Amino acid sequence: MTTHLASLAELARQLQRKQVSAVELAQAYLARIVAHRDLNAFLDIRPEVTLAQARAADARIAAGNATPLTGVPIAHKDIFVTKDFASTASSRMLEGYMSPFDATVVQNLGNAGMVTLGKLNCDEFAMGSSNENSAYGNVLNPWDKGAVPGGSSGGSSAVVAARIAPVATATDTGGSIREPAAFTGVTGTKPTYGRPSRWGMIAFASSLDTAGLMTNSAEDAALVLGPMVGFDPKDSTSVDRPGEDFTRDLGKPVKGLRIGVPKEFFGAGLQPDVEAAVRAALEEYRRLGATLVDISLPSAELGIPVYYVVAPAECSSNLSRFDGVRYGHRAKSYGDLNDMIAKSRAEGLGAEPKRRILIGTYVLSHGYYDAYYIQAQKVRRLIADEFRRAFEQCDLIAGPVTTSVAFGFGEKAADPVAMYMSDLYTIPGSLAGIPSMSIPCGFGAKGRPVGLQLMANYFEEAKMLGAAHQYQLATDWHARIPEGFR
Amino acid sequence: MALTLDDVARIAHLARIEITDAEARRTLSQLNDIFALIAKMQAVDTSGVEPMAHPLGGAQRLRADEASETIDRDAALRNAPAQQDGLFLVPKVIE
Repeated sequence: MTTHLASLAELARQLQRKQVSAVELAQAYLARIVAHRDLNAFLDIRPEVTLAQARAADARIAAGNATPLTGVPIAHKDIFVTKDFASTASSRMLEGYMSPFDATVVQNLGNAGMVTLGKLNCDEFAMGSSNENSAYGNVLNPWDKGAVPGGSSGGSSAVVAARIAPVATATDTGGSIREPAAFTGVTGTKPTYGRPSRWGMIAFASSLDTAGLMTNSAEDAALVLGPMVGFDPKDSTSVDRPGEDFTRDLGKPVKGLRIGVPKEFFGAGLQPDVEAAVRAALEEYRRLGATLVDISLPSAELGIPVYYVVAPAECSSNLSRFDGVRYGHRAKSYGDLNDMIAKSRAEGLGAEPKRRILIGTYVLSHGYYDAYYIQAQKVRRLIADEFRRAFEQCDLIAGPVTTSVAFGFGEKAADPVAMYMSDLYTIPGSLAGIPSMSIPCGFGAKGRPVGLQLMANYFEEAKMLGAAHQYQLATDWHARIPEGFR
Repeated sequence: MALTLDDVARIAHLARIEITDAEARRTLSQLNDIFALIAKMQAVDTSGVEPMAHPLGGAQRLRADEASETIDRDAALRNAPAQQDGLFLVPKVIE
């Protein structure tokens, strides 16, 4: 069965025409998950749950009240809590945790009739750029099993690249969708902050955390994004806007589109193989009729220092809930209540979350708050204002996603600062809160994929997805499948 | 400005994470590397700039102060490491 080679859009059509059933699709993908379990991408599968959802989807299709996505399989990053699968955030702290409710994103996609294949490995609490911070082991990059799949959404990127799932949810705080998408040659879409609900997304940095998607094309992302997002009264930063058809610009030619190219994204540090692929993609857009505009984002280089104040500060606050009282790991032996909490956290949390909690605790502590946290919030505004001004000169911004192709296991694991630099080009957009995405645009050193980053102004996902789709009509990088997964 | 081992111990205590001396020493050099990175943004002139707490600005929405859906008590206790009679159990706090 070659179901896995069909696009999500094609699977949806076949389901509607009853050429394939949801149960058959679920079985085909479950078989692929088992066959490729060496990737270590899934943390929890429960075939009986998946097949029950698939049977319900088939019944809905038979009854004539299906949505266009009913019966399409999806896998969820293990940052979204789920009633029917364990929710661990890839942490020992939450080993075996069963949520009493589904995250809103999971519920929305479930309401559309999508069938859950299982939960995906990621960096612990979504903190990392290589998936090496998972308490449950590395995920392998399907293009090169010696390379990281990126992070934090490394399970999501790997399964979509390997055609083990037609779509996966992911989350992006500083680049956790776009960087793994670039490293594995898939389409990774982060919508505007506040568009998708954060309810039930295990919190890392609340002013940055944004749910999104890994797919094999911009068209597939546009189809799933609509039902996924929407106002949620349970999330205090959810944006109250009417629903949108994100496919509306897919057929729109890019002729006349002004694409801003920030010079700061092509400075020292950008590897020549990545630069060559990205420049070729920009040239392709020019050939398709777009205009390239030189722009400048002078404060973008401050993104990493700002991020490593803001994100740890919010993380130290969010992760204070893990105290071994209501849920999560509790140490076996301890003295008083404080000792129980300190020992439970020491045992349950991994090195990276601990490091970020310590940074955050320090920058929020008495006497340092203004110098670090408030200053970081001010520089964050400077960065966001530069994007606003840039979008007066252009419709979209384009550049590299990462400085290099996927690196090898262990290459950066011992040096947190080197690892943090992986997100140099993705963090500025995260701080601003604008939509952005990575689309495959070629291959670099060792045959590893390269991503092109597209960024749009607030709430202009449809325009961004349209431009990405036009590129994907003219090129076939997104259709390449790694050896051994065809 | 560089952190000292005492700072690391103090921060770890504030964060309620037990830390061994060996871990504290390893953490110290990593934190100092990270703070050297962070220092780049401290030199920026931000006089007159409003702090940005949230990408979309404005005050956060508050909901009406009324009871809505609640989680079933048994479901809420299901993941507790220790519980009894519908309550979370912790070590004795008041002697």
